[in-house]
Amino acid sequence: MNTVKKAVNQSPPAAPLSLEQKQYLQKHRRHHHLITCLRLMLFLAFLVIWEFSGRLGYIDTFFFSSPSLVIHCFLTMLKDGSFFLHTGITLGETLLSFFLVTLFSILIATLLWYSRSLSEILEPYLVILNSLPKSALAPLFIVWLGTGTKTIVVAGISVAVFGSIINLYTGFIHVDKEKLKLIYTLGGNRFQAFHKVVLPSSIPVILSNMKVNIGLSLVGVIIGEFLAARVGLGYLIIYGSQVFKLGMVITSIIILCIIAMGLYQAVQYLEHFYKKKTAGI
Amino acid sequence: MSTPVLECKNLCYSYHNLNGETKALSDLSFRIDRGEFVAIVGPSGCGKSTLLSLISGLLMPQSGEILLDKEASAGIGYMLQQDHLFEWRSIWKNILLGLEISGTYSPQKKALAEKLLKDYGLYAFKDKKPNELSGGMKQRAALIRTMVMEPSLLLLDEPFSALDYQSRLMVSADIGNIIRRSGVTALLITHDLSEAISLADRVLVLSRRPATVKTEIPIHLTTKDASPLSARNAPEFHHLFTLLWKEISDEYCQESC
Repeated sequence: MNTVKKAVNQSPPAAPLSLEQKQYLQKHRRHHHLITCLRLMLFLAFLVIWEFSGRLGYIDTFFFSSPSLVIHCFLTMLKDGSFFLHTGITLGETLLSFFLVTLFSILIATLLWYSRSLSEILEPYLVILNSLPKSALAPLFIVWLGTGTKTIVVAGISVAVFGSIINLYTGFIHVDKEKLKLIYTLGGNRFQAFHKVVLPSSIPVILSNMKVNIGLSLVGVIIGEFLAARVGLGYLIIYGSQVFKLGMVITSIIILCIIAMGLYQAVQYLEHFYKKKTAGI
Repeated sequence: MSTPVLECKNLCYSYHNLNGETKALSDLSFRIDRGEFVAIVGPSGCGKSTLLSLISGLLMPQSGEILLDKEASAGIGYMLQQDHLFEWRSIWKNILLGLEISGTYSPQKKALAEKLLKDYGLYAFKDKKPNELSGGMKQRAALIRTMVMEPSLLLLDEPFSALDYQSRLMVSADIGNIIRRSGVTALLITHDLSEAISLADRVLVLSRRPATVKTEIPIHLTTKDASPLSARNAPEFHHLFTLLWKEISDEYCQESC
């Protein structure tokens, strides 16, 4: 009851919808449904073509697998528990490196914002490290850190962190100069300028940066798992390809797709939540 | 005669970049007495904002000196061109920004902030976000943010220039009255000559860059009340406007001819 009252209070007085408005809304809804339908149909068509071209012998299911084989493989993985082990490990490593990337990049971008000289000194190094293909570093990590979680998490961090620092720093220095001036006219120091203006006004940048980071962390973790793991989806993909269990490879890739989507959605939900909170009212 | 709150003596300031030096102020001197409302007008880009930055201590003068009386040096309020209310804070939180920064939040200050909100007709909006307020209301909220610090010298850097013409007339009248009533010493920078005449006791005309005080025109208007709107209808208004216009256009002319 309470919530209903609130909703009524907030919305403007309900005027009867005009015919044109109704038509507009209907058109909008119809378009929306059409898009959803077509998306699903595309997916289904893909599955059907894949399945039947396998059954009819157009493609060799030994190499290309098929939806039914993938489902079969997935069910076996569920039954013997390996699904939870490998997915859990990959997910855990990704989240850990994502968390560390976010933490490090905010800290370092803050330092760079704080000291203009430092940012000038470090700029070329950051640019080089950012454009360097991080998979080239992975063998080094293995030698330094051994095979295992440490190497994988570091690989995950290395892929995302440099770009993240550059993005955040750019966001920080583009904060409205006049707002900073306001803080100084009120007698504030540089720390207060950061805390009261730069950080809160950069939250949209930080959130959109997090969306990029979660995907890149996953990329880095998989690279790490290719080279230095005995568990995880990356390991399953490499192992499966070596023993020609292509069903296992494709199943792992599909699980990866789902993980990537889920993680992205989670960060996006966070962003929506923030926008709703700050929208006022 | 009352004591000067602010005295600027032979101020010089120039900006440096790799292409060379730009002189903004040269040998600029004036004084403001307690309770006075002084307006500064001048050609655009003549270094008016630089002057305020110097007075408020954001910049250090390269030569010359700025003398502030004890009280004023402790409390300079600065109104910027835009309200710069933070959209992620409620109006109430925005108003408390200065107190938060200086660490002077107290029950008395809270009461003062509430009183100011009521006086300026914003109390009902105190929990709203800035984007729900009109331009004039936001500018008043920005004024409260400044006034709650109880400044004894108020610097106004074209605080109405971001508003459209009508709200500008309303808000400048409004804020003019508020400042008059509070008795605070104020220094207003503007490029709107009628705004300067209607609000100020004295108008300083700056020369083009490097700026120095060209003339000083005292404003005495015979009006029924002290409101800026009735000031615009005073018999002397037109004459003063012409006088100021001549001084300013001389400066532009020297530049272009």
